[in-house]
Amino acid sequence: MKKYVKKLCVKNVEFLREDYILLRLSDPHDTLPEMLPGQFVQIAVEGSPATFLRRPISINFVDKEKNEFDLLIHAVGDGTRALTRLQEGNTLSCIYPLGNGFRIPPIDEGKKKFLLVGGGVGTAPMLLYGQCLKAAGHEPTFLLGGRSRRDILELERFENIGRTFVTTEDAGMGEKGFVTHHSIWQTETFDSVATCGPKPMMMAVGRMARARQTECFVSLENLMACGVGACLCCVEKTVKGNVCVCTEGPVFNINDLTWE
Amino acid sequence: MAQLAINIGNLSLRNPVMTASGTFGYGLEFTDFIDLNRLGAYIVKGTTLLPRQGNDYPRMAETASGMLNCVGLQNKGVDYFCKEIYPQLKDFKSHAIVNVSGSTPEDYAECAARVAELEKIPAIELNISCPNVHDGGMAFGVSCAGAASVVKAVRAAYPKTLIVKLSPNVTDISEIARAVEAEGADSVSLINTLMGMSVDIERRKSNLSIGTGGLSGPCVKPIALRMVHQVAKAVKIPVIGLGGIMNAEDAIEFIMCGATAIQVGTANFIDPAVTMKIIDGMNDWCDQHGVKNIYEIIGVI
Repeated sequence: MKKYVKKLCVKNVEFLREDYILLRLSDPHDTLPEMLPGQFVQIAVEGSPATFLRRPISINFVDKEKNEFDLLIHAVGDGTRALTRLQEGNTLSCIYPLGNGFRIPPIDEGKKKFLLVGGGVGTAPMLLYGQCLKAAGHEPTFLLGGRSRRDILELERFENIGRTFVTTEDAGMGEKGFVTHHSIWQTETFDSVATCGPKPMMMAVGRMARARQTECFVSLENLMACGVGACLCCVEKTVKGNVCVCTEGPVFNINDLTWE
Repeated sequence: MAQLAINIGNLSLRNPVMTASGTFGYGLEFTDFIDLNRLGAYIVKGTTLLPRQGNDYPRMAETASGMLNCVGLQNKGVDYFCKEIYPQLKDFKSHAIVNVSGSTPEDYAECAARVAELEKIPAIELNISCPNVHDGGMAFGVSCAGAASVVKAVRAAYPKTLIVKLSPNVTDISEIARAVEAEGADSVSLINTLMGMSVDIERRKSNLSIGTGGLSGPCVKPIALRMVHQVAKAVKIPVIGLGGIMNAEDAIEFIMCGATAIQVGTANFIDPAVTMKIIDGMNDWCDQHGVKNIYEIIGVI
Protein backbone atom coordinates (compact mmCIF):
# COMPACT_ATOMS: atom_id res chain seq x y z
CA MET A 1 0.00 0.00 0.00
CA LYS A 2 1.30 3.43 -0.90
CA LYS A 3 2.27 5.60 2.05
CA TYR A 4 1.74 9.33 2.13
CA VAL A 5 3.20 12.23 4.05
CA LYS A 6 0.46 14.83 4.20
CA LYS A 7 -0.81 17.84 6.06
CA LEU A 8 -4.19 16.80 7.43
CA CYS A 9 -6.77 19.12 8.94
CA VAL A 10 -8.11 18.76 12.49
CA LYS A 11 -11.92 18.64 12.22
CA ASN A 12 -12.69 18.02 15.86
CA VAL A 13 -11.08 17.33 19.22
CA GLU A 14 -13.30 15.58 21.73
CA PHE A 15 -12.16 14.90 25.28
CA LEU A 16 -13.45 11.47 26.31
CA ARG A 17 -11.68 11.84 29.62
CA GLU A 18 -9.17 14.41 30.91
CA ASP A 19 -6.34 12.30 29.44
CA TYR A 20 -8.03 10.80 26.34
CA ILE A 21 -8.97 12.62 23.17
CA LEU A 22 -10.72 11.56 20.01
CA LEU A 23 -9.03 13.44 17.21
CA ARG A 24 -10.95 13.73 13.95
CA LEU A 25 -8.81 14.38 10.86
CA SER A 26 -9.60 15.09 7.24
CA ASP A 27 -7.66 15.63 4.04
CA PRO A 28 -8.91 18.97 2.70
CA HIS A 29 -7.58 18.32 -0.82
CA ASP A 30 -7.71 14.60 -1.57
CA THR A 31 -9.79 11.52 -0.95
CA LEU A 32 -8.37 9.59 1.99
CA PRO A 33 -6.42 6.47 1.03
CA GLU A 34 -7.73 3.06 2.00
CA MET A 35 -6.87 2.37 5.64
CA LEU A 36 -6.88 -1.11 7.13
CA PRO A 37 -7.78 -1.85 10.74
CA GLY A 38 -4.58 -2.13 12.78
CA GLN A 39 -2.74 0.37 10.58
CA PHE A 40 -1.39 3.53 12.14
CA VAL A 41 -0.40 7.14 11.52
CA GLN A 42 2.92 8.78 12.43
CA ILE A 43 2.02 12.25 13.71
CA ALA A 44 4.46 15.15 13.93
CA VAL A 45 4.15 16.83 17.32
CA GLU A 46 4.47 20.60 17.53
CA GLY A 47 4.65 22.76 20.63
CA SER A 48 6.53 20.26 22.77
CA PRO A 49 10.24 21.08 23.08
CA ALA A 50 11.01 17.70 24.65
CA THR A 51 9.48 15.81 21.71
CA PHE A 52 11.68 15.10 18.72
CA LEU A 53 10.11 12.08 17.02
CA ARG A 54 6.67 11.52 15.58
CA ARG A 55 4.09 9.59 17.59
CA PRO A 56 2.55 6.40 16.16
CA ILE A 57 -1.22 6.37 16.71
CA SER A 58 -3.51 3.60 15.48
CA ILE A 59 -6.54 4.35 13.36
CA ASN A 60 -9.75 4.17 15.39
CA PHE A 61 -12.58 4.80 12.93
CA VAL A 62 -12.98 5.75 9.27
CA ASP A 63 -15.89 7.69 7.77
CA LYS A 64 -15.38 7.38 4.02
CA GLU A 65 -18.45 9.46 3.15
CA LYS A 66 -17.24 12.46 5.10
CA ASN A 67 -13.59 11.79 4.13
CA GLU A 68 -12.65 11.80 7.82
CA PHE A 69 -11.04 9.42 10.29
CA ASP A 70 -10.53 9.28 14.04
CA LEU A 71 -7.53 8.66 16.24
CA LEU A 72 -7.90 7.82 19.92
CA ILE A 73 -5.02 9.41 21.82
CA HIS A 74 -4.05 8.71 25.40
CA ALA A 75 -1.97 11.53 26.88
CA VAL A 76 0.78 9.63 28.66
CA GLY A 77 3.85 11.76 27.96
CA ASP A 78 4.93 15.17 26.68
CA GLY A 79 4.30 14.29 23.03
CA THR A 80 0.79 12.90 23.40
CA ARG A 81 -0.09 15.65 25.91
CA ALA A 82 0.86 18.24 23.29
CA LEU A 83 -1.53 16.51 20.86
CA THR A 84 -4.40 17.05 23.29
CA ARG A 85 -3.86 20.80 22.87
CA LEU A 86 -4.73 20.64 19.16
CA GLN A 87 -7.74 22.60 18.05
CA GLU A 88 -10.21 22.47 15.21
CA GLY A 89 -8.67 23.98 12.09
CA ASN A 90 -5.06 23.14 13.01
CA THR A 91 -3.03 21.20 10.48
CA LEU A 92 -1.04 18.13 11.36
CA SER A 93 1.74 16.43 9.40
CA CYS A 94 0.90 12.73 9.10
CA ILE A 95 2.69 9.78 7.51
CA TYR A 96 0.10 7.12 6.76
CA PRO A 97 -1.29 4.51 6.44
CA LEU A 98 1.51 2.44 8.00
CA GLY A 99 1.80 -1.21 9.01
CA ASN A 100 0.12 -4.38 7.83
CA GLY A 101 -3.34 -4.38 9.45
CA PHE A 102 -5.69 -7.14 10.55
CA ARG A 103 -6.90 -9.68 8.02
CA ILE A 104 -10.49 -9.61 6.87
CA PRO A 105 -11.31 -12.99 5.31
CA PRO A 106 -13.46 -12.91 2.16
CA ILE A 107 -17.06 -13.69 3.07
CA ASP A 108 -17.21 -16.48 0.49
CA GLU A 109 -14.91 -18.45 2.83
CA GLY A 110 -17.92 -18.38 5.18
CA LYS A 111 -19.27 -15.98 7.76
CA LYS A 112 -17.00 -16.01 10.81
CA LYS A 113 -17.33 -15.07 14.47
CA PHE A 114 -14.59 -12.77 15.80
CA LEU A 115 -13.83 -11.87 19.40
CA LEU A 116 -12.05 -8.52 19.54
CA VAL A 117 -10.45 -7.88 22.92
CA GLY A 118 -9.17 -4.43 23.86
CA GLY A 119 -7.75 -2.75 26.92
CA GLY A 120 -6.98 0.95 27.45
CA VAL A 121 -5.93 2.81 24.32
CA GLY A 122 -5.61 -0.65 22.71
CA THR A 123 -9.35 -0.60 22.12
CA ALA A 124 -8.72 1.94 19.32
CA PRO A 125 -7.94 -0.46 16.44
CA MET A 126 -10.63 -2.90 17.61
CA LEU A 127 -13.38 -0.41 16.72
CA LEU A 128 -12.16 -0.07 13.12
CA TYR A 129 -11.58 -3.82 12.89
CA GLY A 130 -15.15 -4.47 14.03
CA GLN A 131 -16.44 -1.85 11.61
CA CYS A 132 -14.64 -3.51 8.68
CA LEU A 133 -15.58 -7.07 9.69
CA LYS A 134 -19.23 -6.12 9.95
CA ALA A 135 -19.11 -4.36 6.57
CA ALA A 136 -17.63 -7.54 5.08
CA GLY A 137 -20.50 -9.61 6.49
CA HIS A 138 -18.76 -11.16 9.49
CA GLU A 139 -19.85 -11.08 13.13
CA PRO A 140 -17.60 -9.11 15.48
CA THR A 141 -18.07 -9.31 19.25
CA PHE A 142 -16.18 -6.90 21.49
CA LEU A 143 -14.71 -7.52 24.91
CA LEU A 144 -13.36 -4.39 26.57
CA GLY A 145 -11.45 -4.31 29.83
CA GLY A 146 -10.47 -1.61 32.30
CA ARG A 147 -9.76 -0.96 35.95
CA SER A 148 -13.06 0.87 36.40
CA ARG A 149 -16.03 2.26 34.48
CA ARG A 150 -14.10 5.38 33.48
CA ASP A 151 -11.59 3.27 31.52
CA ILE A 152 -14.27 2.01 29.13
CA LEU A 153 -14.25 4.46 26.22
CA GLU A 154 -16.43 4.84 23.12
CA LEU A 155 -18.85 2.20 24.45
CA GLU A 156 -21.76 3.42 22.33
CA ARG A 157 -19.74 3.20 19.11
CA PHE A 158 -18.78 -0.39 19.88
CA GLU A 159 -22.40 -1.28 20.67
CA ASN A 160 -23.48 0.17 17.34
CA ILE A 161 -21.27 -2.33 15.54
CA GLY A 162 -21.65 -5.54 17.53
CA ARG A 163 -22.36 -7.20 20.86
CA THR A 164 -20.09 -5.59 23.45
CA PHE A 165 -19.02 -7.07 26.77
CA VAL A 166 -17.07 -5.36 29.51
CA THR A 167 -14.93 -6.36 32.47
CA THR A 168 -13.73 -3.99 35.17
CA GLU A 169 -11.40 -4.84 38.03
CA ASP A 170 -13.63 -3.01 40.53
CA ALA A 171 -16.89 -4.46 39.13
CA GLY A 172 -18.09 -0.92 38.35
CA MET A 173 -19.24 -2.03 34.90
CA GLY A 174 -19.79 -5.45 33.31
CA GLU A 175 -18.22 -8.49 34.93
CA LYS A 176 -15.58 -8.18 37.64
CA GLY A 177 -11.97 -9.03 36.80
CA PHE A 178 -9.71 -9.06 33.73
CA VAL A 179 -10.88 -9.64 30.16
CA THR A 180 -9.69 -13.23 30.43
CA HIS A 181 -12.10 -13.79 33.37
CA HIS A 182 -15.21 -12.94 31.34
CA SER A 183 -17.83 -15.69 31.10
CA ILE A 184 -18.04 -15.38 27.32
CA TRP A 185 -14.87 -17.47 27.05
CA GLN A 186 -16.83 -20.35 28.63
CA THR A 187 -20.18 -19.89 26.91
CA GLU A 188 -19.22 -19.22 23.31
CA THR A 189 -16.70 -20.23 20.70
CA PHE A 190 -15.13 -17.97 18.09
CA ASP A 191 -13.35 -18.56 14.79
CA SER A 192 -10.75 -15.89 15.47
CA VAL A 193 -9.53 -13.73 18.34
CA ALA A 194 -7.78 -10.37 18.02
CA THR A 195 -6.36 -8.26 20.80
CA CYS A 196 -4.62 -4.98 21.49
CA GLY A 197 -3.68 -3.44 24.82
CA PRO A 198 -1.15 -3.83 27.60
CA LYS A 199 1.31 -6.65 26.89
CA PRO A 200 0.33 -8.81 29.91
CA MET A 201 -3.29 -8.64 28.73
CA MET A 202 -2.39 -9.61 25.17
CA MET A 203 -0.25 -12.49 26.42
CA ALA A 204 -3.11 -13.74 28.63
CA VAL A 205 -5.60 -13.47 25.76
CA GLY A 206 -3.13 -15.32 23.55
CA ARG A 207 -2.97 -18.18 26.08
CA MET A 208 -6.78 -18.33 26.28
CA ALA A 209 -7.06 -18.51 22.49
CA ARG A 210 -4.32 -21.09 22.19
CA ALA A 211 -5.95 -23.28 24.85
CA ARG A 212 -9.11 -23.18 22.73
CA GLN A 213 -7.16 -23.83 19.52
CA THR A 214 -8.48 -20.57 18.11
CA GLU A 215 -6.28 -18.41 15.90
CA CYS A 216 -5.18 -15.22 17.64
CA PHE A 217 -3.76 -11.98 16.28
CA VAL A 218 -2.19 -9.26 18.39
CA SER A 219 -1.39 -5.66 17.56
CA LEU A 220 1.88 -4.49 19.16
CA GLU A 221 2.88 -0.96 20.03
CA ASN A 222 6.68 -1.06 20.38
CA LEU A 223 8.60 2.21 20.61
CA MET A 224 9.53 3.35 17.13
CA ALA A 225 11.36 6.18 15.40
CA CYS A 226 10.64 6.14 11.66
CA GLY A 227 7.53 3.97 11.18
CA VAL A 228 8.62 2.90 7.69
CA GLY A 229 11.13 0.11 8.35
CA ALA A 230 14.30 2.17 8.12
CA CYS A 231 15.54 2.65 11.69
CA LEU A 232 15.09 -0.95 12.94
CA CYS A 233 14.29 0.31 16.45
CA CYS A 234 10.81 -1.19 16.96
CA VAL A 235 11.78 -4.83 16.53
CA GLU A 236 9.96 -7.78 18.07
CA LYS A 237 11.46 -11.25 18.41
CA THR A 238 9.66 -13.69 16.13
CA VAL A 239 10.22 -17.19 14.81
CA LYS A 240 11.91 -15.44 11.84
CA GLY A 241 14.22 -13.42 14.14
CA ASN A 242 13.93 -9.71 14.93
CA VAL A 243 11.41 -8.00 12.66
CA CYS A 244 10.12 -4.43 12.48
CA VAL A 245 6.74 -3.93 14.14
CA CYS A 246 6.13 -0.92 11.88
CA THR A 247 6.31 -2.85 8.60
CA GLU A 248 5.87 -6.58 9.35
CA GLY A 249 3.37 -5.68 12.09
CA PRO A 250 1.91 -4.15 14.12
CA VAL A 251 -0.42 -7.15 13.70
CA PHE A 252 1.14 -10.57 14.31
CA ASN A 253 -0.22 -14.08 14.51
CA ILE A 254 0.58 -15.10 18.07
CA ASN A 255 2.20 -18.28 16.73
CA ASP A 256 4.87 -16.15 15.03
CA LEU A 257 5.92 -14.48 18.28
CA THR A 258 8.28 -16.01 20.79
CA TRP A 259 6.07 -15.23 23.78
CA GLU A 260 6.00 -17.99 26.38
CA MET B 1 20.29 26.89 -11.09
CA ALA B 2 23.59 26.65 -9.27
CA GLN B 3 26.08 23.93 -10.16
CA LEU B 4 25.78 21.45 -7.28
CA ALA B 5 27.68 18.51 -8.79
CA ILE B 6 30.69 17.36 -6.78
CA ASN B 7 33.30 14.60 -6.85
CA ILE B 8 34.30 12.16 -4.13
CA GLY B 9 37.44 10.49 -5.42
CA ASN B 10 36.51 9.15 -8.88
CA LEU B 11 32.86 9.31 -8.06
CA SER B 12 30.72 12.10 -9.54
CA LEU B 13 27.57 13.07 -7.66
CA ARG B 14 24.79 15.16 -9.21
CA ASN B 15 24.53 17.04 -5.92
CA PRO B 16 26.15 16.82 -2.46
CA VAL B 17 23.12 15.29 -0.71
CA MET B 18 23.47 11.68 0.44
CA THR B 19 21.53 9.69 3.02
CA ALA B 20 23.22 8.29 6.09
CA SER B 21 23.56 4.57 6.64
CA GLY B 22 21.06 3.06 9.04
CA THR B 23 18.54 5.86 8.57
CA PHE B 24 17.38 5.10 5.06
CA GLY B 25 17.00 1.33 4.91
CA TYR B 26 17.87 0.17 1.38
CA GLY B 27 16.35 3.35 -0.06
CA LEU B 28 13.34 1.34 -1.26
CA GLU B 29 11.50 2.15 1.98
CA PHE B 30 11.37 5.79 0.84
CA THR B 31 10.22 5.53 -2.77
CA ASP B 32 6.63 6.45 -1.81
CA PHE B 33 7.91 9.79 -0.54
CA ILE B 34 10.83 10.83 -2.75
CA ASP B 35 12.45 10.29 -6.13
CA LEU B 36 15.61 8.33 -5.29
CA ASN B 37 17.05 9.39 -8.66
CA ARG B 38 17.40 12.97 -7.42
CA LEU B 39 19.78 12.13 -4.56
CA GLY B 40 23.51 12.61 -4.92
CA ALA B 41 23.88 9.12 -3.46
CA TYR B 42 22.22 6.95 -0.89
CA ILE B 43 24.05 4.78 1.58
CA VAL B 44 22.32 1.55 2.40
CA LYS B 45 22.26 0.09 5.87
CA GLY B 46 25.32 -1.44 7.54
CA THR B 47 26.06 -4.77 5.87
CA THR B 48 28.20 -7.55 7.32
CA LEU B 49 29.63 -10.75 5.86
CA LEU B 50 27.15 -12.88 7.84
CA PRO B 51 23.60 -12.02 8.96
CA ARG B 52 23.23 -10.32 12.34
CA GLN B 53 20.19 -10.15 14.62
CA GLY B 54 21.31 -6.92 16.30
CA ASN B 55 20.65 -6.07 19.93
CA ASP B 56 17.54 -6.74 21.97
CA TYR B 57 14.60 -4.34 22.20
CA PRO B 58 14.43 -1.57 23.44
CA ARG B 59 16.82 -0.05 20.97
CA MET B 60 15.76 3.57 20.99
CA ALA B 61 15.36 6.45 23.42
CA GLU B 62 14.14 9.88 22.44
CA THR B 63 15.98 12.96 23.66
CA ALA B 64 14.95 16.61 23.58
CA SER B 65 16.54 17.28 20.20
CA GLY B 66 17.62 13.90 19.01
CA MET B 67 17.59 10.22 19.78
CA LEU B 68 19.75 7.38 21.01
CA ASN B 69 19.82 4.02 19.27
CA CYS B 70 21.50 0.69 19.91
CA VAL B 71 20.29 -1.29 16.89
CA GLY B 72 23.61 -3.11 16.64
CA LEU B 73 23.92 -3.63 12.88
CA GLN B 74 20.92 -5.90 12.36
CA ASN B 75 21.14 -7.00 8.71
CA LYS B 76 20.68 -10.08 6.57
CA GLY B 77 24.28 -10.27 5.42
CA VAL B 78 26.10 -9.37 2.21
CA ASP B 79 24.87 -12.37 0.20
CA TYR B 80 21.25 -11.38 0.85
CA PHE B 81 22.09 -7.85 -0.24
CA CYS B 82 23.72 -9.05 -3.47
CA LYS B 83 20.92 -11.48 -4.38
CA GLU B 84 17.75 -9.80 -3.14
CA ILE B 85 18.38 -6.08 -2.82
CA TYR B 86 20.95 -5.15 -5.46
CA PRO B 87 18.71 -6.14 -8.39
CA GLN B 88 16.09 -3.71 -7.09
CA LEU B 89 18.60 -0.85 -6.74
CA LYS B 90 20.77 -1.16 -9.80
CA ASP B 91 18.54 0.79 -12.18
CA PHE B 92 18.18 3.95 -10.10
CA LYS B 93 20.17 6.85 -11.52
CA SER B 94 21.74 7.96 -8.26
CA HIS B 95 24.57 5.98 -6.73
CA ALA B 96 23.88 3.30 -4.15
CA ILE B 97 26.78 3.02 -1.73
CA VAL B 98 27.02 0.08 0.66
CA ASN B 99 28.02 0.65 4.27
CA VAL B 100 30.31 -2.26 5.15
CA SER B 101 30.95 -3.45 8.67
CA GLY B 102 32.68 -6.38 10.30
CA SER B 103 34.42 -7.94 13.27
CA THR B 104 37.93 -8.48 11.92
CA PRO B 105 39.95 -6.81 9.13
CA GLU B 106 39.58 -10.05 7.17
CA ASP B 107 35.79 -10.14 7.20
CA TYR B 108 35.58 -6.41 6.42
CA ALA B 109 37.79 -7.15 3.41
CA GLU B 110 35.78 -10.19 2.33
CA CYS B 111 32.51 -8.31 2.60
CA ALA B 112 34.00 -5.41 0.59
CA ALA B 113 35.25 -7.83 -2.06
CA ARG B 114 31.73 -9.24 -2.51
CA VAL B 115 30.32 -5.75 -2.94
CA ALA B 116 33.12 -4.89 -5.40
CA GLU B 117 31.64 -7.44 -7.81
CA LEU B 118 28.41 -5.46 -8.07
CA GLU B 119 28.80 -3.34 -11.20
CA LYS B 120 26.42 -0.53 -10.21
CA ILE B 121 27.78 -0.03 -6.70
CA PRO B 122 30.61 2.46 -7.26
CA ALA B 123 31.70 2.91 -3.65
CA ILE B 124 31.56 1.57 -0.14
CA GLU B 125 31.51 3.34 3.18
CA LEU B 126 33.54 1.49 5.76
CA ASN B 127 31.94 1.56 9.17
CA ILE B 128 34.71 1.51 11.74
CA SER B 129 32.66 3.55 14.15
CA CYS B 130 29.49 1.71 15.21
CA PRO B 131 29.20 2.23 18.98
CA ASN B 132 26.63 -0.55 19.44
CA VAL B 133 28.49 -3.78 18.75
CA HIS B 134 31.06 -5.37 21.01
CA ASP B 135 33.17 -7.12 18.42
CA GLY B 136 34.70 -4.78 15.85
CA GLY B 137 32.80 -1.65 14.90
CA MET B 138 33.99 1.25 16.96
CA ALA B 139 36.81 -0.82 18.48
CA PHE B 140 38.73 -0.24 15.24
CA GLY B 141 37.76 3.37 14.81
CA VAL B 142 39.07 4.69 18.12
CA SER B 143 42.77 4.08 17.50
CA CYS B 144 44.97 5.03 14.57
CA ALA B 145 46.45 1.54 14.43
CA GLY B 146 43.04 -0.15 14.51
CA ALA B 147 41.57 2.14 11.86
CA ALA B 148 44.64 1.74 9.66
CA SER B 149 44.55 -2.06 9.92
CA VAL B 150 40.98 -2.29 8.61
CA VAL B 151 41.48 0.27 5.85
CA LYS B 152 44.68 -1.46 4.72
CA ALA B 153 42.94 -4.84 4.48
CA VAL B 154 39.93 -3.42 2.64
CA ARG B 155 42.01 -1.24 0.30
CA ALA B 156 43.80 -4.36 -0.91
CA ALA B 157 40.48 -6.08 -1.65
CA TYR B 158 38.44 -3.15 -2.95
CA PRO B 159 39.46 -1.17 -6.05
CA LYS B 160 36.58 1.34 -6.23
CA THR B 161 35.86 4.48 -4.18
CA LEU B 162 36.50 3.85 -0.49
CA ILE B 163 34.88 6.12 2.08
CA VAL B 164 35.71 5.57 5.77
CA LYS B 165 33.16 6.61 8.39
CA LEU B 166 34.79 8.01 11.50
CA SER B 167 33.77 7.86 15.13
CA PRO B 168 33.52 11.06 17.18
CA ASN B 169 34.19 9.04 20.35
CA VAL B 170 37.91 9.80 20.23
CA THR B 171 40.33 12.35 21.63
CA ASP B 172 41.57 13.61 18.28
CA ILE B 173 39.53 12.72 15.22
CA SER B 174 41.98 14.34 12.81
CA GLU B 175 44.68 11.81 13.76
CA ILE B 176 42.37 8.95 12.80
CA ALA B 177 41.45 10.74 9.57
CA ARG B 178 45.12 11.10 8.66
CA ALA B 179 45.75 7.42 9.47
CA VAL B 180 43.00 6.21 7.11
CA GLU B 181 44.06 8.67 4.42
CA ALA B 182 47.58 7.25 4.62
CA GLU B 183 46.20 3.75 3.99
CA GLY B 184 44.48 4.86 0.80
CA ALA B 185 40.98 5.93 1.76
CA ASP B 186 39.41 8.11 -0.95
CA SER B 187 37.22 10.04 1.48
CA VAL B 188 36.15 10.20 5.11
CA SER B 189 32.61 10.68 6.39
CA LEU B 190 31.91 12.03 9.85
CA ILE B 191 30.49 11.89 12.38
CA ASN B 192 28.96 8.58 13.41
CA THR B 193 26.85 8.76 16.57
CA LEU B 194 28.15 9.90 19.96
CA MET B 195 27.90 7.37 22.75
CA GLY B 196 25.29 8.32 25.32
CA MET B 197 22.80 7.09 27.89
CA SER B 198 19.19 7.59 28.95
CA VAL B 199 17.74 6.44 32.26
CA ASP B 200 14.25 5.37 33.36
CA ILE B 201 14.32 6.70 36.93
CA GLU B 202 11.20 4.77 37.99
CA ARG B 203 12.70 1.41 37.00
CA ARG B 204 16.23 2.58 37.85
CA LYS B 205 17.42 1.14 34.57
CA SER B 206 18.79 2.30 31.25
CA ASN B 207 16.19 2.90 28.57
CA LEU B 208 18.40 0.94 26.16
CA SER B 209 18.85 -2.83 26.18
CA ILE B 210 22.65 -2.70 26.16
CA GLY B 211 22.90 0.27 28.51
CA THR B 212 24.32 2.78 26.04
CA GLY B 213 23.44 3.98 22.58
CA GLY B 214 24.53 6.32 19.81
CA LEU B 215 23.22 9.88 19.95
CA SER B 216 22.07 11.53 16.72
CA GLY B 217 19.91 14.43 15.63
CA PRO B 218 20.24 18.22 15.83
CA CYS B 219 21.81 18.02 19.31
CA VAL B 220 25.05 16.65 17.82
CA LYS B 221 25.36 19.19 14.98
CA PRO B 222 27.71 21.68 16.70
CA ILE B 223 30.13 18.86 17.55
CA ALA B 224 29.88 17.42 14.05
CA LEU B 225 30.59 20.83 12.48
CA ARG B 226 33.65 21.32 14.67
CA MET B 227 35.00 17.87 13.78
CA VAL B 228 34.35 18.30 10.05
CA HIS B 229 36.18 21.63 10.21
CA GLN B 230 39.12 20.01 12.05
CA VAL B 231 39.36 17.03 9.70
CA ALA B 232 38.95 19.10 6.52
CA LYS B 233 42.06 21.06 7.57
CA ALA B 234 43.97 17.86 8.38
CA VAL B 235 43.48 15.76 5.22
CA LYS B 236 43.58 16.30 1.45
CA ILE B 237 40.85 13.80 0.59
CA PRO B 238 37.24 15.04 0.43
CA VAL B 239 35.26 15.08 3.65
CA ILE B 240 31.59 14.07 3.85
CA GLY B 241 29.83 15.82 6.72
CA LEU B 242 26.92 14.54 8.74
CA GLY B 243 25.39 14.95 12.15
CA GLY B 244 22.01 16.51 12.83
CA ILE B 245 21.34 18.01 9.40
CA MET B 246 17.62 18.89 9.31
CA ASN B 247 17.47 21.44 6.46
CA ALA B 248 19.40 23.15 3.67
CA GLU B 249 20.90 25.79 5.98
CA ASP B 250 22.40 23.06 8.17
CA ALA B 251 23.84 21.44 5.06
CA ILE B 252 25.41 24.74 3.93
CA GLU B 253 27.02 25.08 7.38
CA PHE B 254 28.75 21.73 6.88
CA ILE B 255 29.87 22.71 3.36
CA MET B 256 31.35 25.94 4.69
CA CYS B 257 33.17 23.98 7.40
CA GLY B 258 34.87 21.94 4.70
CA ALA B 259 32.49 19.15 3.70
CA THR B 260 32.38 18.39 -0.03
CA ALA B 261 29.17 16.38 0.44
CA ILE B 262 26.75 15.86 3.28
CA GLN B 263 24.58 13.03 4.60
CA VAL B 264 21.09 13.33 6.01
CA GLY B 265 20.35 10.82 8.75
CA THR B 266 17.95 11.09 11.63
CA ALA B 267 15.95 13.80 9.81
CA ASN B 268 14.65 11.05 7.49
CA PHE B 269 12.70 9.68 10.47
CA ILE B 270 10.93 12.98 11.06
CA ASP B 271 10.27 13.84 7.43
CA PRO B 272 10.80 11.06 4.88
CA ALA B 273 10.85 13.69 2.09
CA VAL B 274 13.41 15.95 3.78
CA THR B 275 16.25 15.12 1.34
CA MET B 276 14.32 16.60 -1.58
CA LYS B 277 13.71 19.80 0.40
CA ILE B 278 17.41 19.99 1.26
CA ILE B 279 18.48 19.62 -2.39
CA ASP B 280 16.02 22.31 -3.48
CA GLY B 281 16.91 24.51 -0.53
CA MET B 282 20.65 24.34 -1.22
CA ASN B 283 20.03 25.30 -4.82
CA ASP B 284 17.83 28.22 -3.77
CA TRP B 285 20.37 29.39 -1.21
CA CYS B 286 23.14 29.36 -3.81
CA ASP B 287 20.97 31.27 -6.29
CA GLN B 288 19.99 33.87 -3.70
CA HIS B 289 23.62 34.37 -2.65
CA GLY B 290 25.15 34.52 -6.10
CA VAL B 291 26.94 31.19 -5.68
CA LYS B 292 27.23 29.66 -9.13
CA ASN B 293 29.13 26.53 -8.11
CA ILE B 294 28.97 24.79 -4.73
CA TYR B 295 32.78 24.51 -4.76
CA GLU B 296 32.91 28.30 -4.18
CA ILE B 297 31.77 27.78 -0.59
CA ILE B 298 33.37 24.47 0.37
CA GLY B 299 35.67 25.10 3.34
CA VAL B 300 35.39 28.90 3.30
CA ILE B 301 35.70 28.99 7.08
